Amino acid sequence: MEMLLAEAATPADLGAARVQMAISLGWHIVIASFGVAMPAITLFVEWRGHKTGEVEYRLLARRWARAMGVLFAVGAVSGTILSFEMGLLWPGLMGTYGEVIGLPFTLEGFAFFVEAIFLGIYLYGWDRLSPRVHMWSAVPILIAGVAGTFFVVSANAWMNQPRGFDLENGKVVGVDPWAAMFNPATPPQSVHMLVAAFMVTGFCMAAVYAVGMLRGRRDRYHRIGFVVPFTVAAIMAPVQVGVGDWAAHFVADYQPVKLAAMEGVYETERGVPLHIGGVAVDGELRYAIEIPNALSLLAHWDPNAEIKGLNEVPEEDRPPVNVVHLSFQLMVALGSAMLAVAAWFAFLWWRRKAPPEGKWFLVAAALCGPAAVLALESGWTTTEVGRQPWVVYGSLRTLDAVNPAPGLTVGLVTVLLVYAGLTAATVFVLRRLARDRPVPVAPQESDVTEAPVP
Amino acid sequence: MTAADLLLLLLLAAMTAYALFGGADFGAGFWDLVAGGAERGRPHRKLIEHSIGPVWEANHVWLIFTIVVLWTGFPSVFAAVASTLYIPLTAAALGIIGRGAGFAFRKTSVTLGRQRLFGAGFAFSSIVTPFFLGAAAGGVASGRVPPGIAAGDLVSSWWNPTSVATGLLAVGVGAYLAVVFLTRDAQKHAPELVDGLRRRALWTGAVVGALAVLGLVVVAADAPALFSELRHGVPLALVVVSLVAGLLSLLLVNFRSFVAVRITASLAAAAVVWAWGAAQHPFLLPGLAVADAAAAPAVTRAMLWVSLAGGVILAPSLWWLFRIASAGSVRS
Repeated sequence: MEMLLAEAATPADLGAARVQMAISLGWHIVIASFGVAMPAITLFVEWRGHKTGEVEYRLLARRWARAMGVLFAVGAVSGTILSFEMGLLWPGLMGTYGEVIGLPFTLEGFAFFVEAIFLGIYLYGWDRLSPRVHMWSAVPILIAGVAGTFFVVSANAWMNQPRGFDLENGKVVGVDPWAAMFNPATPPQSVHMLVAAFMVTGFCMAAVYAVGMLRGRRDRYHRIGFVVPFTVAAIMAPVQVGVGDWAAHFVADYQPVKLAAMEGVYETERGVPLHIGGVAVDGELRYAIEIPNALSLLAHWDPNAEIKGLNEVPEEDRPPVNVVHLSFQLMVALGSAMLAVAAWFAFLWWRRKAPPEGKWFLVAAALCGPAAVLALESGWTTTEVGRQPWVVYGSLRTLDAVNPAPGLTVGLVTVLLVYAGLTAATVFVLRRLARDRPVPVAPQESDVTEAPVP
Repeated sequence: MTAADLLLLLLLAAMTAYALFGGADFGAGFWDLVAGGAERGRPHRKLIEHSIGPVWEANHVWLIFTIVVLWTGFPSVFAAVASTLYIPLTAAALGIIGRGAGFAFRKTSVTLGRQRLFGAGFAFSSIVTPFFLGAAAGGVASGRVPPGIAAGDLVSSWWNPTSVATGLLAVGVGAYLAVVFLTRDAQKHAPELVDGLRRRALWTGAVVGALAVLGLVVVAADAPALFSELRHGVPLALVVVSLVAGLLSLLLVNFRSFVAVRITASLAAAAVVWAWGAAQHPFLLPGLAVADAAAAPAVTRAMLWVSLAGGVILAPSLWWLFRIASAGSVRS
């Protein structure tokens, strides 16, 4: 039999591997956001239900728990695929640096274990535990979700700010896994992601009920289902502005090339303007609206601060400017829009002394769901594409990390098909779950019977 | 014993846990597939759902843990295995998606058509996934995955006699463990199913035992280096343990000791994994020994401390989960 051996990776294979990783990560990050924030919101309504005895809260808690069961299952499997893909697609990264960034992944393994165990207890113990014990069983899920976010994002942060090792003739020596985990990018990145998770979850959950109310179902069940998650996300929206500013300052100080790509700055200058919109063509940003000195001010709190331009590094060390610039702008624009809707919500509530439910407000609120997901994706696009051509910033190029095995494009097509099916099935099941009567037995075995499903 | 050796033991323990618990979950999918038409198979499917529903996600984490410990503790081994065995591992990964999603979706479905669709996805991938994982293990065991990135043959590394035998054995062992575990669950929750399950446990045990012996013959012919290690010392002892535990399990099933057989059947399966590990020791891949493949001591030590702390949290949590899962009854 003829041997089928690997040769050097082709550009097509590298592209395929990057797209496959982007799709799998981009898919999982949405589900993972729900995994982090949804238990907290669900636990809150369960607690309110026990405290007030109102059946709507209890019904919502059950419904959300059931959706959580589905989301957690697809999150578990889509997360597993990622751990496979780290080796299948990027053996050059894992073979050399696996030991440096393995510790946070191990910790995440434990965090995920705790989440899986207590989610099982929470979902299946609903009718078997006392309400108090049952609510306490959700607390480890919340803690593990937050901790897991920190661990996983710290591994990604390490790729932006590699620490905790030295290179000697291409060999990794002097490994300090704790220094790698607590690299300087970890705090801003992980907090940014954590807040994003709450915004995505809150706005998406609220969007479901906003649409219901727009269709005329303005009962108490829908109003609570809207107000609770929306309030959570609305509180997070201004927080995210501050955290995002922190993250941007960090990039300005530690990854000037990424900042230059985000803003489309080519020449190193003082007093650099902020560019809104625009397209990079032939080494300059065209058609952008300029706000004088604003970038220097925002990035360094000094209107005359120096901003390093892309021309500081050779062309082969630059990320693709248009992708990074536009995705960053999209994230900021969406974030600002969500902040505006959150402010509108607060203002109307203050004026009416009751949660708003006007038509146009609900339309805007419903749009916040997809907007939050899009902002999440464009934010990750900014940081991941902005790090290119490096997979480990300054140390290892993405091209040198990819699996040289032929046929990665075939793998990509297969994975795309599977994810398309998975997406369709997940959306379908979640929609049916919101509608189905009689209510299926899972994940809990009986339902709140006093109230008909509105 | 160095920190690297301890970490290798931890890796072996995680693999064993996945082979037993994850394997039984895959096996449950096998029985789901062959349970018969929608009406006839309903009681069995309900029992399967009740048994694995609360625990499969936790069981699944053992796989993630195995992967992570491998890439942290022995990074070059992970890179070599993942890059050369790209094809079966991609297939297994996709199977994992189909399995988990199909099972979760079916639980929430009310209509027969949807239950059939998602159930078929769940059951089919429950067979595909362990086969490819087993085939990948067979490739490593028969020395077909050399160190280096994608240095081995991309097809014959997993499509060879040892891999096929290991893949089939993985499917069979999972099915056997599942039917053994389900028989005990049926005793508590669905007594009318016990006799049928017991019959299945008996013939599955016989088939898997035959597969295991056949596997040894295949290994003798196809992977003489591995076989010569299996012929003496600790590996031989473990092979004997597996065979004895397997035979004992058949007797216990026959005499309806459904609790005791859980232990012997698990031991029979675990001893196969351990025998493989002992036969390869100290080599992880051809020419690559533990000491050369291990991560820096700072890393292995940190991993061990973290795992110790994690274990202290996990053990009581898992105990509580399994207790809640086994309580209650199968309701309609």
